[in-house]
Amino acid sequence: MPIFCEKRQLVTPGDLLAENDYMNGENTYRENGKIYATRVGLCDHDQKRIHVVALKSFYIPMVGDTVIGKVLEVTLGGWVVDVRAPYVAMLRASDALERPVRPQRDDLPALFDVGDMMIAKIVAYDRTRDPLLTVLERGLGKVTRGQIIEITPTKIPRVIGKKGSMITMIKNETGCQVVIGQNGRVVIIGKTPEDERLAIMAIRMIEQEAHTSGLTDRVTEMLRKEKGEKSSKEVVENVPKET
Amino acid sequence: MASIMAAKVRAKRVAQLIAGGKRLDGRELNSYREVQIESGLIERAEGSARVRLGKTEVLVGVKIEIGEPFLDTPNEGVLTVNAELVPLASPTFEAGPPDENSIELARVVDRGIRESKAIATDDLVIEPGKKVFVVFIDVYVLNHDGNLIDASALAALAALMNTKMFNYEVKEGEVKIKPGYKPLPMRNYPVAVTFAKINDQLIVDPWLEEEQVMDARLTMAFEKDGKICAMQKGGYGTFTTQQILEASKIAQQKAAELRALVVKE
Amino acid sequence: MSQKKPEKLIDEKGIRYDGRKLNEMRPVKIEVGVLGNADGSAYIEQGKNRILAAVYGPREIHPKHQALPDRAALRCRYHMAPFSVQERKSPAPSRRELELSKVMREALEPSIFTEYYPRTAIDLFVEVLQADGGTRCAGITVASLALADAGIPMRDLVSACAAGKVEGHLIVDLDDMEDKSEGADVPVAYMPSLNAITLLQMDGMLTNEEFEQVLNMGIEGCKQINQLQREALKAKYTAVKEAGAEKEGEAEEEEME
Repeated sequence: MPIFCEKRQLVTPGDLLAENDYMNGENTYRENGKIYATRVGLCDHDQKRIHVVALKSFYIPMVGDTVIGKVLEVTLGGWVVDVRAPYVAMLRASDALERPVRPQRDDLPALFDVGDMMIAKIVAYDRTRDPLLTVLERGLGKVTRGQIIEITPTKIPRVIGKKGSMITMIKNETGCQVVIGQNGRVVIIGKTPEDERLAIMAIRMIEQEAHTSGLTDRVTEMLRKEKGEKSSKEVVENVPKET
Repeated sequence: MASIMAAKVRAKRVAQLIAGGKRLDGRELNSYREVQIESGLIERAEGSARVRLGKTEVLVGVKIEIGEPFLDTPNEGVLTVNAELVPLASPTFEAGPPDENSIELARVVDRGIRESKAIATDDLVIEPGKKVFVVFIDVYVLNHDGNLIDASALAALAALMNTKMFNYEVKEGEVKIKPGYKPLPMRNYPVAVTFAKINDQLIVDPWLEEEQVMDARLTMAFEKDGKICAMQKGGYGTFTTQQILEASKIAQQKAAELRALVVKE
Repeated sequence: MSQKKPEKLIDEKGIRYDGRKLNEMRPVKIEVGVLGNADGSAYIEQGKNRILAAVYGPREIHPKHQALPDRAALRCRYHMAPFSVQERKSPAPSRRELELSKVMREALEPSIFTEYYPRTAIDLFVEVLQADGGTRCAGITVASLALADAGIPMRDLVSACAAGKVEGHLIVDLDDMEDKSEGADVPVAYMPSLNAITLLQMDGMLTNEEFEQVLNMGIEGCKQINQLQREALKAKYTAVKEAGAEKEGEAEEEEME
């Protein structure tokens, strides 16, 4: 069972990873019994499967994904939405209004206008047409406050963490609502802009150091330190002068 | 969509036949279609020729004018090749400025002629550095049924061999035409041979159906002594070194056969 | 800033006018990920060549009628800056640039899994900032890196190198003066893992035997270029990787959302 790469070895497209008996997984392909990498990334394998964790890739829509989109155009029947993918997505009016659409009386731009951001879900997507969205479920809809940042889609799992541990920690430490789009956009809504800033700092740190160990602890520590410094500053300022 | 589906079904049929050593029109893998050459049909041109390669039809006209030499070759005449894929030749050709296909066609035909020094450009100087003859070769595709390159290159060669230049003398800095003509001075006779690769099999002189399903194309031009003088790979597929070297041996022979149709010893 | 043509381009000892041996390539410097807006980019210096490549895509295709139903449409633009050559070149695309755009596209497409992204465009821009012969090869080399940098899945990197004949000697990596002289110039592009030639052209005159040697020299050159491409890609990410040993893969596999 010849294998040519070690775990976490940096590979480039066309690098020979293994021969024959392995199954080829993500970011690899098989030709004449040989398995090659298709992207730059870190090679990984278990007994059966060999795959590459890509260092850079772009988002490909998948049915069921929660995404954060930006309205590009308002059409007669709905909206054209940018979801940071090779394809634009469509949100039909019927997937945004809970009742049948009345073209004469319904004012679509009032619901979502060009430039508005939304949290949506992909309900349909295949090779022959652009992805279709819906905003009719709980937690979906227009983003009216807070901030939105963009990160590399491959880092999203790290921002979420094992069993959601990382994102839960960030929410607790900053008191922010955080909605993660699989397409590499994150909505952060905090009670104050300062809270939002902390959450953003945490996420940027994760993006930079996604490959390192003990990250959850270090991010927690960073957040506490940042908050601590601020509150200790306040304490100093508020102490009445002793007369 | 329909054309892609049809192409896949057709591709299978064509590939099956070729794997068995035969082509859709009954030809051998290394055989050319029937070649018909007619020269001198356009009187207003200094030279002309029409080649029919199967149903592919290309007309080449040669015009000679007086112009300035290029700055870096003051003692040589000028050669320029242009190709037009006129709309009547195929439902896929559109009117308009030359697209990448007609530009590639012109430049590949040009390469064969230029690199083999087919035209004795040093014999085309009227006044060194100031006045030279400019040879315009215009390739006019009349019907596209595959392998425009070989048909165009052959028609260009025949047209050049048919080309007559007027006699002249230079009086007081002016070019005065004298009676009589002389043939365009030529030193070499380049011929192009094109292969298509279908499922790892190489075939010579692809016709339209084969071109539509081929992975890649390889053109090689040979001069009169059997040396290669131009090469161009086209299409989205690939070749191995082995395939290229095998092709060059076959092409050398085919080029000689085609040349014999134009250049009568 | 013109250069006078030396008497002979190659001396009796087989040393070229710039000091190189017959089978020696010009020094190469490559950098990946140099432009902020493009999805992928790379820059190469090879001898005096300076070439920049950028990729946008896969992205929505405009005009829509260029869309292919079963794969991404690769569109390539090879363009030379007006100041890139001895005599200022007009910015309008020349016939040569149009031909090169086509052959470069055909050299790179076999490496890309275009079938994964139907109805999209992958737009590739190659800008020659300074030219000294062999720009189509250096252009293909740097374009392939830009595609990898954009995260576009590929079968292999495409590596390109020219070989040829000058003053009777068979040489590798011809510069502008060598290219313009009598002899032959054979640009080659190659995917080493698949042993597949994706670009092959020739100007000049060679016997069949000479051509075989030149082709093999070109492919050896491509293999050397391939090494440099891989190193450049890895260099960009090694700094990122070196910071730790935590299994990012583990975090990914365990996450449940």
